[in-house]
Amino acid sequence: MTAETVIKAENLSLTFQTNDGPVHALKDVSLDIKKGDFVSFIGPSGCGKTTFLRCMADLETPTAGDITVNGVSPHEARRSRAYGYVFQHAGLYPWRTIGRNVRLPLEIMGYSKADQDERIKRVLELVDLEGFEKKFPWQLSGGMQQRASIARALAFDADILLMDEPFGALDEIVRDHLNEQLLKLWAKTQKTICFVTHSIPEAVYLSTKIVVMSPRPGRISDVIECPLPAERPLDIRDTQEFLDVAHRVREGLRAGHSYD
Amino acid sequence: MTRTLFPVLTVLFGILVIWFLAVAPMNIRVTLDQAVRAGGDVFPTEAVERRNASTLSLLLNNKSYIAGGYDLDRPRLPTPTQVGQELWKTTGAMILKGRTWSKRSLIYHGWITLQSTFWGFLLGTSVGILGAVLVVKSRVLEMSLVPWAIISQAVPIVALAPMIIVLSSQAGIEGRGFPKALISSYLCFFPVMVGMIKGLRAPNAEQLDLLKTYSASGQQQFLKLRVPASLPYLFTSLKIGIAAALVGAIVGELPTGAISGLGARILIGDQFGTPLAIWSALFAAAILAGVLVTLLDRTQHVLLRKMGMRT
Repeated sequence: MTAETVIKAENLSLTFQTNDGPVHALKDVSLDIKKGDFVSFIGPSGCGKTTFLRCMADLETPTAGDITVNGVSPHEARRSRAYGYVFQHAGLYPWRTIGRNVRLPLEIMGYSKADQDERIKRVLELVDLEGFEKKFPWQLSGGMQQRASIARALAFDADILLMDEPFGALDEIVRDHLNEQLLKLWAKTQKTICFVTHSIPEAVYLSTKIVVMSPRPGRISDVIECPLPAERPLDIRDTQEFLDVAHRVREGLRAGHSYD
Repeated sequence: MTRTLFPVLTVLFGILVIWFLAVAPMNIRVTLDQAVRAGGDVFPTEAVERRNASTLSLLLNNKSYIAGGYDLDRPRLPTPTQVGQELWKTTGAMILKGRTWSKRSLIYHGWITLQSTFWGFLLGTSVGILGAVLVVKSRVLEMSLVPWAIISQAVPIVALAPMIIVLSSQAGIEGRGFPKALISSYLCFFPVMVGMIKGLRAPNAEQLDLLKTYSASGQQQFLKLRVPASLPYLFTSLKIGIAAALVGAIVGELPTGAISGLGARILIGDQFGTPLAIWSALFAAAILAGVLVTLLDRTQHVLLRKMGMRT
């Protein structure tokens, strides 16, 4: 693979000062993410996976080390709107219809009205929500709301998609369905995706690269290249190859003393 | 609407029953005094003895006079029916006689008070919203403005009102309109400011982070997130604010020697010993407040519905 590096972290550390003393959310984290990668971050609570993602997004500032996004600092990357961010809760604005929620970033970034309309139509089709443009968020199921929030992150031209446990609050069946859709979407859009999750099968099913993290201090304990083919039907999860990768992830989690 | 109607009517009925029953003990002394003057036979006969007797014993010993307490010209406590009749006499009947704007009409006095309320409400909500915006925008202003806003509400408005009138006439402002609006806004701005501070701070961290990922400007954050998120809070505080503005307008008419307005009617009723005038002015004020709050409530309902919120 000769793809260019999109995100590069070197000895990244982030320490929160709290009343109970310093908390090492991240310690000496180094990682390269290549263009078009689908990278999952997995680990128990407190391992820093969300913090790492927030560092990439310039929502947190690391206390030591270097990180670049598209070759520039996360701050500059954010200013140039280099990524779309999907939060754990869909976070749609309740007073805006689905269409107007997707329009929000476009309004802020100053796209023309015609361009806005065209993009809304396209991304809502992409997440199978055509016809729901005029519905308000509360009229949609949790899974549909999360799809709308993905559409919102896809509406503008960011090559990177940062997703923080987007399906964490959804039930298994909906989650499977969305995972499958997300893979198709990734294949179609060729974006680089960073995906935080708690679920081993989800991480293995989705990723080209799985980053296993462990807590206290938050660090990377293993990076696993997923050898599964790009084309992944849901029943690939019953193959030996899949189970082998899942096993390695589980071993990695255990090695990080994450269950002590 | 219909769901709340029954409980509200039940409470109203309960109040009317208690009110009606209370008329007898409240008025018995006045009734007996009148009866004595008319040469009636009451017990005890001496005024001094009656003063020392308990209300209960007076009621029990003069059962035949109790009914008279429900039909006095100047009762201590008028009956609901008397108040209703007086209200009708000074409103509906006036309209029928074509004297809507007569000085004896509560519609005229209500209109005067309503105008002050309106200007006070406008001024008060403007100051309240502006204050909230400043406080939310700047930490320094929060620390310097909020304590003063709280202290302002600890000063009794009745004490402040005459001073505002005196100062504004000293400043060469003609008429009572402006000082009354000022007094009214003094009561009105606070609930609006508190509600709007809460409302503008309602967006959660995730909603704010989202805008940050878009690299949105402070102004965009304000207009596209904070303002719409604050609207439900705004209406709740507007409803409190308009009721406070009405109270403020009435208070503005009380200690200032005003001759028109519901507050003036209450004061004049007190000075001339016509309790029916006081009570009907009180009810006119209550009805006015009810109408104003209901209007805002309906507006809120329609607007928030349009914004997709379940109200």
